[in-house]
Amino acid sequence: MTAFLQNCFAGLSLGSTYALVALGFVVIYKSTGVINFAQGGLLALGAYLGYTFSNNLAVAFGVAVLLCCVSAALVGATFERIVLRRMVGQPPFAVIMITIGLLFVLEPLVTAIWGFEHKQVNNPWNIRTVEAGGLVFGVRDLWTIGLTAAVVLAFFLFFRYSSLGLAMRVTAFDPEAALAQGISARRVYATSWAIAAALAALAGILMAAGPGGLTPSIGFIALAAFPAMILGGMDSPAGAVLGGLVIGLAEALARGYQDELFSWAGDNVSVIVPYLLMILILLIRPYGLLGTKEVRRV
Amino acid sequence: MLSVSNLEVVYDDVVLVLRGLSLEVPAGGIVALLGANGAGKTTLLRAVTGLLVPHRGRITKGTVHVDGEDITGADAADVVRRGIAQVMEGRRIFAEITVDENLRAGGYTRRSRTEVRESYARVLDLFPVLAQRRKSVAGYLSGGEQQMLAIGRALMARPRLLLLDEPSLGLAPRLVEQVRDIIAQINQQGTSVLLVEQNAAMALSIAGYGYVLETGKVVKDGPAADLLADADIREFYLGAAGGQRRSFTEVKTYRRKKRWSA
Repeated sequence: MTAFLQNCFAGLSLGSTYALVALGFVVIYKSTGVINFAQGGLLALGAYLGYTFSNNLAVAFGVAVLLCCVSAALVGATFERIVLRRMVGQPPFAVIMITIGLLFVLEPLVTAIWGFEHKQVNNPWNIRTVEAGGLVFGVRDLWTIGLTAAVVLAFFLFFRYSSLGLAMRVTAFDPEAALAQGISARRVYATSWAIAAALAALAGILMAAGPGGLTPSIGFIALAAFPAMILGGMDSPAGAVLGGLVIGLAEALARGYQDELFSWAGDNVSVIVPYLLMILILLIRPYGLLGTKEVRRV
Repeated sequence: MLSVSNLEVVYDDVVLVLRGLSLEVPAGGIVALLGANGAGKTTLLRAVTGLLVPHRGRITKGTVHVDGEDITGADAADVVRRGIAQVMEGRRIFAEITVDENLRAGGYTRRSRTEVRESYARVLDLFPVLAQRRKSVAGYLSGGEQQMLAIGRALMARPRLLLLDEPSLGLAPRLVEQVRDIIAQINQQGTSVLLVEQNAAMALSIAGYGYVLETGKVVKDGPAADLLADADIREFYLGAAGGQRRSFTEVKTYRRKKRWSA
């Protein structure tokens, strides 16, 4: 039982990271109809920026986290402003290719600036743990879960009650009718990119503060968050968070019971669990857990 | 109030939809714009409100002025801020959110919360139906209620000029009357109206002046009363054939061509 709970805790922490990245995917997809493949690149960039703030500039870790999110948001909004705005009204496929291009630009950019070595971000959590009821909780994992919960809550309040959040929702639903209300689609698009990039950066720096440290391949986590987004339903923010948690739990449990249950399948079966789960759920619910079917009203 | 002169609009760089269209909406008046499908009515509204861009349309000639200020090719948000709101064809309400949120979206350009609250109260006053269904999801309203919501949403911007694109489309006759009365009421409260309609009888019954549009040009215009009495308008837009009934045996198989004396 203890082992099970311990695995669940690890899954929640991993799932929180996935949820942050997946939420970023959904925010951009919902408002612009584009899947942003550069999410992993933005995540790596954010994590390395956080490293620079924390280690090179020696600001407090909390401030470094905040700064790396803000600067990643600026990068996202600037990219939208300079490149993607020219693509408004062009087929989504072309825009998706551009985001793939951005990913391949960001990766060498990150290694050119920060190199390939393994880095440790100065942070107050490290590998410290607290014990409660026979369970061992990593301090970083607790913070990851707590911060994700806070950020997700803030996002939902913003999305539901603020007028910019409302503008984002109606632009996603009917861009032309939103324009006719005087809602600036440009501001909505720039905001979505800024939010998505900040979420990715937060996920990145939280990962980098963990036992794995910081390597250029940190962006690959976005690939695992991708099934989380699809599984939750591409156009549902709540689905993205749910999908992230489900995938995280499944992956952690598969890893925990690998030796007992999946030894026949090799050592890394947990890595493919997110994708298997995605396929399985899509077979049953083609629109994802919380995704909306294309509803046509007359 | 609104003055459009010699407007030419081209879609996709090839399709010429408006060919030198001019019209005026006087302050405080209701102007009807009539025309068959494809005449260019909706395109005119898009050209005025800055919504040509998503349709790959462009103004190639002519100007649009509001109260003497040039707004040709202005950005959609800018046009709304200048006091021009529109009710789009087919209502286009945001079906997945509540009535309240639809109205809030309509008030997006307003500066302060008090302004929004003021307009909100005015809209609910004008449409008691909406007041009852504030919390329901807009997509579940009936067709008539959705049209009321679309008009109310446009009023949230407190426009000085309201553009309506076929507000009677798909509504039962009694609802058409209701919509007509509401438009007249909005006009009495001081908003100028440009009413685009295929239902010519309805439009001309409240308008002071009317324009008839065909293939992108104004082919006839005049005071609404004159248009209602005009023999050609009666035949082509009001469905009356000079008072006497026509036998189907006389109906020609070719389409009668009409040449308007310009």
